Amino acid sequence: MVKKKKSIKKIRGFSIQFLPYNEIANLNSNERIKKILKIILGNNILILQGKLKPEEEARLIGDTMVMIGHIKNFKGIELAVISGNNKNQGFFNKFKTNLINALSKGDLGAVTIIGPATIVKDIKKNPKKIELLLNK
Amino acid sequence: MVIKIMRNFFKKMFKRMFNNKKDIKLGFYGPPNAGKTSLANRICKDFTGEEIGKISKIPHETRKVQFKEKVEINYKNKKMTFKMIDTPGIATKIDYEDFLKFKMKKKEAKERAKTATQGVIESIKWLDDMEMVVIVLDATKNPYNQVNITIIGNLVARKIPVLIVANKIDLKKASLKKVENAFPEYDVVGISAKYGKNIEEFYETLFKLSKKI
Repeated sequence: MVKKKKSIKKIRGFSIQFLPYNEIANLNSNERIKKILKIILGNNILILQGKLKPEEEARLIGDTMVMIGHIKNFKGIELAVISGNNKNQGFFNKFKTNLINALSKGDLGAVTIIGPATIVKDIKKNPKKIELLLNK
Repeated sequence: MVIKIMRNFFKKMFKRMFNNKKDIKLGFYGPPNAGKTSLANRICKDFTGEEIGKISKIPHETRKVQFKEKVEINYKNKKMTFKMIDTPGIATKIDYEDFLKFKMKKKEAKERAKTATQGVIESIKWLDDMEMVVIVLDATKNPYNQVNITIIGNLVARKIPVLIVANKIDLKKASLKKVENAFPEYDVVGISAKYGKNIEEFYETLFKLSKKI
């Protein structure tokens, strides 16, 4: 009996870009979204240290929708935020985390992953793991 | 200082008086195909005899915000009047090719995708106008989708009371527990909008939540 050979499907090239929070900390919402979209439109998967404000996330979705149909082959984005669980932290640790976040003007315990939908098919998230599924 | 306190007191008093007279703006938010229109239709049919909009198996059926004014919900001798606002599903990506799977022609699929993107923008814009929001989730799907978290985050930032509905609990794959575990800080009610299952608990929770406005 001939065994079927395992094969790995080829994926098209893509790059992952890391953006430290201090690069967007002093930008206003407009500038932040502009910067993020510039990276995404360059066909990069963005890993952002920290997370956007909820209204910035909504704005990012809205701006993305405007671009669909206006930018060739652009179909939108995939987005996921992984936050550290600080529910079980003691009082002192909670205070320390909040102080660090306040000083850095953001939630540094979180990571945001944003990718163009043409490259990232889906980001499956559950509390314990995150899976990035790429398009063939 | 005294003038400021007095001004705030009268402002609050007038707001309360005004709020008692007008209809509560109740929004239905969520990802596409979760059953927002199905639930809004059920409520409207129960209390006005009319539906709010068309439903379909194809995602993004609702591509414009739909309203139903003066929906008086009467439950266990309690009465409340709502302005129901059914919004298009919020998504982060829309690909016209996904509609082709539903035997749609290319031109029609492209038009649907175009209007769907406009619908998402409209839904986001309407967030500011809501007084209470029902987030409708498909209980057969992963609740940790970022769209759900973004919508809730925006409502919390605007101090708008939220009720989460885990819809489609009549389906085998549905898991109310998963939705409850994903959003432990919120009221979660499992229903089937299609068959009206557990709709009484939904009304009960809706009335309870309206006290937070």
